Amino acid sequence: MYEIDARGVYYRDLNENIREAIRNHHKDIVLHNVCGQYYIGCGLNDKDVKITINGVPGNDLGAFMNGPTIIVNDDAQDGIGNTMNGGKIVVYGNAGDVVAYSMRGGKIFIEKDVGYRACIHMKAYKEMNPTVVIGGCSGAFMGEYMAGGTLILLGLTRKDDKPLTGVYLATGMHGGKIFIRGGVDERLLWKEAVVVDPTKEEMKKIESEVKEFCNLFKIDYNKVMDKEFVKVVPKSTRPYGHLYIPGP
Amino acid sequence: MELAKDISGCGIAGFINTDGERISGVDIVDAITLMKDRGNGLGAGFSAYGIYPDFKEFYALHIMYDDEHARKATEEYLERKVHIEQHGGMPTRPIKKKRPIFFVYFVQPREQSTKGESEEFRIEEADEFIFKLVMFINENIDGAFVISSGKNMGVFKGVGFPDEIANFFRVDEYKAYCWTAHNRFPTNTPGWWGGAHPFSLLGWSVVHNGEISSYGANKRYLEMYGYKCTQKTDTEVVAYLLDLLVRKHGLPMHIVAKIFAPPLWSEIEYMDEKDKELYKALRMVYGGAMLNGPFSIIVGFRGGMFGLNDRIKLRPLIVARKGSNVYMASEESAIRYIADDLDEVYMPKAGEPVIAMLTDEAYEKVYGSKERTYV
Repeated sequence: MYEIDARGVYYRDLNENIREAIRNHHKDIVLHNVCGQYYIGCGLNDKDVKITINGVPGNDLGAFMNGPTIIVNDDAQDGIGNTMNGGKIVVYGNAGDVVAYSMRGGKIFIEKDVGYRACIHMKAYKEMNPTVVIGGCSGAFMGEYMAGGTLILLGLTRKDDKPLTGVYLATGMHGGKIFIRGGVDERLLWKEAVVVDPTKEEMKKIESEVKEFCNLFKIDYNKVMDKEFVKVVPKSTRPYGHLYIPGP
Repeated sequence: MELAKDISGCGIAGFINTDGERISGVDIVDAITLMKDRGNGLGAGFSAYGIYPDFKEFYALHIMYDDEHARKATEEYLERKVHIEQHGGMPTRPIKKKRPIFFVYFVQPREQSTKGESEEFRIEEADEFIFKLVMFINENIDGAFVISSGKNMGVFKGVGFPDEIANFFRVDEYKAYCWTAHNRFPTNTPGWWGGAHPFSLLGWSVVHNGEISSYGANKRYLEMYGYKCTQKTDTEVVAYLLDLLVRKHGLPMHIVAKIFAPPLWSEIEYMDEKDKELYKALRMVYGGAMLNGPFSIIVGFRGGMFGLNDRIKLRPLIVARKGSNVYMASEESAIRYIADDLDEVYMPKAGEPVIAMLTDEAYEKVYGSKERTYV
């Protein structure tokens, strides 16, 4: 284990320190006293590297990351997993807006709530197929312009005065799948998406991801699975195909 | 070539002790400086409430002058218009750049010498009197700008990074029960001393991250009520709209939030009849006061602080509480940097106001009166 005290360290220096540790073949890196440093894990490629963060990391955590695992033992801010290619991010707390922005591969697990626009323009291609599991509730515009990948929303922190998600759900969605535990008010959906039942194949995927989620956060798997899941999918792969040019 | 990235986007922060305990400026400077990279050195500022307890009955005018000529012209005007209890240069430390001069005046309206003037500047309407005075100076006296004009509060702002501006104005030496701060990344308006945030009028102060795309519409709306937008920056309209809607129209703050960031028509459709009627009426009557475009703002006012996002939440805002302290900031880390072990961390929804007020006892302690006003 290689420890770095991040207290008062400027984000560029901290990220350079991390890269240097990796160059020196450290695989298990622990950062202490992190407070708002941007871009931690940005662009890192090594699949065997694990970075544990104590404190609140700054925006764009794991941006362009392609392999490592990041564990956050606190809340995370905006833009985690921005354009991430591969690897895993686990947040033991809440995350901010635009989680998994344009994410292209790998996995993100968030224990509690996320802000607005989770998985905006998340995408997939062949073997690149990202998965995001959100344990709590989500803000509005979830899955906006989503083009691929899997988003699972569990709503475990849901209360009477705390909605599962917000309006403009899946606006402009044209690929990928959103699975929501306990159903969703169809009025939240914009015109481009519909709510249907998941297939048997898809339930297997949900079960395996929820299992991993429950193992990470020490949550009773059976309790999570006691509610039905619904699937939100796009009606078409080109929702705006005829917006400007009248189609045939 | 060195690759560099500008992490654009202003930063805002603020906190209030709802028991009215006054805290030095060190914490707010630390919080906003942690988000230094959200600005680019072209503007920073602070507003502080409760800093002038010895002059709490007087309007504290913080005035920025380009030169001595502007100061003379303004002081001549002030002497004609108001009783000046005390005045002087604002305490500053040296700064290595060309900068305006700053003076503070503690004033009260006084009887005007002519009948015409007394009708225009009515002594029994003190807030309106000071409002007209501020508008006159900002519009008509070249090189003079009133950057704040409330009682027992003040604004400190200029061109620079937050730590630089804080050091210049000796912000660490003031004690306030409520502080707000701004770190600027100007996008489409100039980075000049008067264009730094907070924007302030009477008790109102506003720090803002984002862009008020409706600036032109808001400006024209405000002009109908005598507000002159002279600071070349969109955020100015927010301070004036607050003054218009709360002080003049008597609207409660949570309704003002729904005027600034109204629900979309499609959301109104799903409301029950009573709400539908209310929100339709607000949109119809106060269309000119709606703020379009992305924003998160922290508003300081006499006795409280409130935070608000635009209606589709295009800018960040985090609220937290620890005991009787309420914090707001663009990034959670800025709050955690000055207050650990928070009781509660919350991300407000789009258009959802978060309002933190002094307790009744604290309000009386700070302002010496039981009756609340917001300016």
